[in-house]
Amino acid sequence: MPTKIEKDAVTGTETTGHEWDGIKELNTPLPKWWLYSYYATILWSIAYFVLYPAWPSLSGHTPGVLGWTMRGEIAAEMEAAKAAQGPMLRRIAASSLDDIRKSTDLQAYAMAGGRSAFGVQCAPCHGAGGAGAKGFPNLVDDSWIWGGTLDDIYTTIQFGIRNANDKSRLSQMPRFGVDGMLTAAQIDDVAEYVLSLSRRSRDAGAAKRGEAVYAENCVACHQEGGKGNPEMGAPNLAANIWTFGGDKATIVESVRNARAGSMPAWIDRLDDATIKMLAVYVHALGGGK
Amino acid sequence: MASVSAAAGSAYASDASASAQAIPQYDDDVVRAGLIATIFWGVVGFLMGNVIASQLAFPVMNLGLEWTSFGRLRPVHTSAVIFAFGGNAMIAASFYIVQRTCRTNLFLGSLGAWCVFWGYQLFIVLAALGYVLGITSGKEYAEPEWFVDLWLTIVWVLYLVVFAGTLVKRREEHIYVANWFILSFIITVAMLHLGNNVQVPVSWTGWKSYTVPGGVQDAMIQWWYGHNAVGFFLTAAFLGMMYYFIPKAAGRPVYSYRLSIVHFWSLVFLYIWAGPHHLHYTSLPDWAQTLGMTFSVMLWMPSWGGMINGLMTLSGAWDKLRTDASLRFSVTAVAFYGMSTFEGPMMSIKAVNALSHYTDWTVGHVHSGAMGWVGFITFGMLYWMVPQLWKREGLWSQRLVAWHFWIATLGIVLYITSMWVSGIMQGLMWRAYDEYGFLQYSFGETVDAMHPFYVIRLLGGLFYLAGAVIMAVNLWKTITSTAPARSSAAVATA
Repeated sequence: MPTKIEKDAVTGTETTGHEWDGIKELNTPLPKWWLYSYYATILWSIAYFVLYPAWPSLSGHTPGVLGWTMRGEIAAEMEAAKAAQGPMLRRIAASSLDDIRKSTDLQAYAMAGGRSAFGVQCAPCHGAGGAGAKGFPNLVDDSWIWGGTLDDIYTTIQFGIRNANDKSRLSQMPRFGVDGMLTAAQIDDVAEYVLSLSRRSRDAGAAKRGEAVYAENCVACHQEGGKGNPEMGAPNLAANIWTFGGDKATIVESVRNARAGSMPAWIDRLDDATIKMLAVYVHALGGGK
Repeated sequence: MASVSAAAGSAYASDASASAQAIPQYDDDVVRAGLIATIFWGVVGFLMGNVIASQLAFPVMNLGLEWTSFGRLRPVHTSAVIFAFGGNAMIAASFYIVQRTCRTNLFLGSLGAWCVFWGYQLFIVLAALGYVLGITSGKEYAEPEWFVDLWLTIVWVLYLVVFAGTLVKRREEHIYVANWFILSFIITVAMLHLGNNVQVPVSWTGWKSYTVPGGVQDAMIQWWYGHNAVGFFLTAAFLGMMYYFIPKAAGRPVYSYRLSIVHFWSLVFLYIWAGPHHLHYTSLPDWAQTLGMTFSVMLWMPSWGGMINGLMTLSGAWDKLRTDASLRFSVTAVAFYGMSTFEGPMMSIKAVNALSHYTDWTVGHVHSGAMGWVGFITFGMLYWMVPQLWKREGLWSQRLVAWHFWIATLGIVLYITSMWVSGIMQGLMWRAYDEYGFLQYSFGETVDAMHPFYVIRLLGGLFYLAGAVIMAVNLWKTITSTAPARSSAAVATA
């Protein structure tokens, strides 16, 4: 078959003379721009082989005349970043929280560093803006479970809540229902009383009965009128601000089975300057005292 | 060259009438089955893509069940589109092409081909069931566990025997270029499959196995496999498809025989080195990263050689794009191929990769290749081959083909532009520092910023799926309608 070299009428190019199932091929030369572009990429690659680590051998590889390595580059970049941040971070570490807050440049720096660390470390639970989520307290209001001063916040971030760190903040509400300390009816009544603290009770009789239950079981931690006690991590029950939810069913569940939210001890993971910056940042989010 | 050909050609039929007498009875039943499987798995694969795209945009779509979670369904999507849709398309195309360009029927007859076909379907079903049930080796695009790997090895070797055996008993002097590409695809995929699945089962009665190499060696072998799955499964094979169906549909000779030789050998030689560009800035040694990058850049022109041969073959037949549905898809596919094979080498350059790696840009890149090139060249083949094989005068509806073309093209454009924006934004957010040297954005903020683009991507995917469903209906009607085709009248208006 490949005897019939023809001239293609459209392009004026000869065919190769082969044919398969009616398909022929033109004998067009390689396009010049294509060939020279191909050569250019090969030359560029050869130049790159000369400049950078490239070809392996039994004992190593060609190092490249620039002496560049990936590990060298990242080490240099990390060194430069540390050198740039070092002086300010050392000043933050050496200053008290109050001094940081009073110094304009330290305060601005701590806010930037705190915002960055918060986005990575804290936002997954407390939300990108610190508004919290069910089980994770809101940090932008002025209601603080474990205290809202700079020092309180600093301590909470350092040692966390209900974790294995020796200095962790600890307290545990009893499981009043599960452990049989209160009957279901009593829990229902005390939940109605808790609702009444934020003027949401619809059953004055139950709330009245619940007040007595509260006085016997709850007042030691949550205090008179439900105003809470940051020393013990006992939340304010009268502000209508809730970590787990403020509807009656949720309150009943909280009394029945208790709650035990936990937070890591960041002193085990972050340096002191970062924790200080986080404290300053969280304090400034809205309701620091 | 002419004298060589002339001298060697005497033993072969040299005029049309002699060729016509010599046409044997081709084994086309398995090709027809392959086309139907291609359509079926295509719709399934695109549907799964939309499911997981919806999960990325709206996590509730995971349904809270382990079997329907993103991690389980993502390999179902990738395997369905690459191995089920693409694989069946290539089984059908290769059996069709090799018989006609060798002027002989299949080696081992239809029985061998049927064993390949059904063996391959069993492989797909075993793999997909495993993914849903959590049976996975965890190696991207090579997730099937050891017993499924062994089964695929048997099937694939049989495929090689049928294809290569047919080449050996060919009744043409030369091997047509499409067959070079298809043979390189079958051989290389066999080598990749064996190389990347050197694994030891924990027990002969359990499904779990561990690969023999560990750490960065395992990563390197995985991406040697992974990139050449792209290079040979999704590129070389479909270039073989292109080299047959574009000249056939255009009725024109292939633009340049010389270019086909140079770009074929360049492509197969260079591709095999390119895998390390998936591991830039990892613990992979610098020298391996350099080789991965430079060989990827050198791949640019060899890839474009295929594009040039595909597009320039249309010289003198460009007008057919207005009327020929098959050709419109094929040519658009080649354009997407050209775009992806420029984008790929560019993304392999380390400075670019530092921005693009691990972002949606990579996802957009692979989809411009998969939806634009692999998908469209296959749609073009289906629209050409179905009327041929079922002996219809034409397609049931040219108007539906036009709908498919435009809705799918719009879908691809939505998909890749949203992923470009999302990916580049993501990369820039990751590396943004504020004036004090602190990271500007947390990871959560980058995820939040990507949400609108995930919704746009889902919309693009739905368009693409809708197009495929339109095609399935059209081809089904073409196959089943006994009435004479209406296409000739519709062509003018489409």
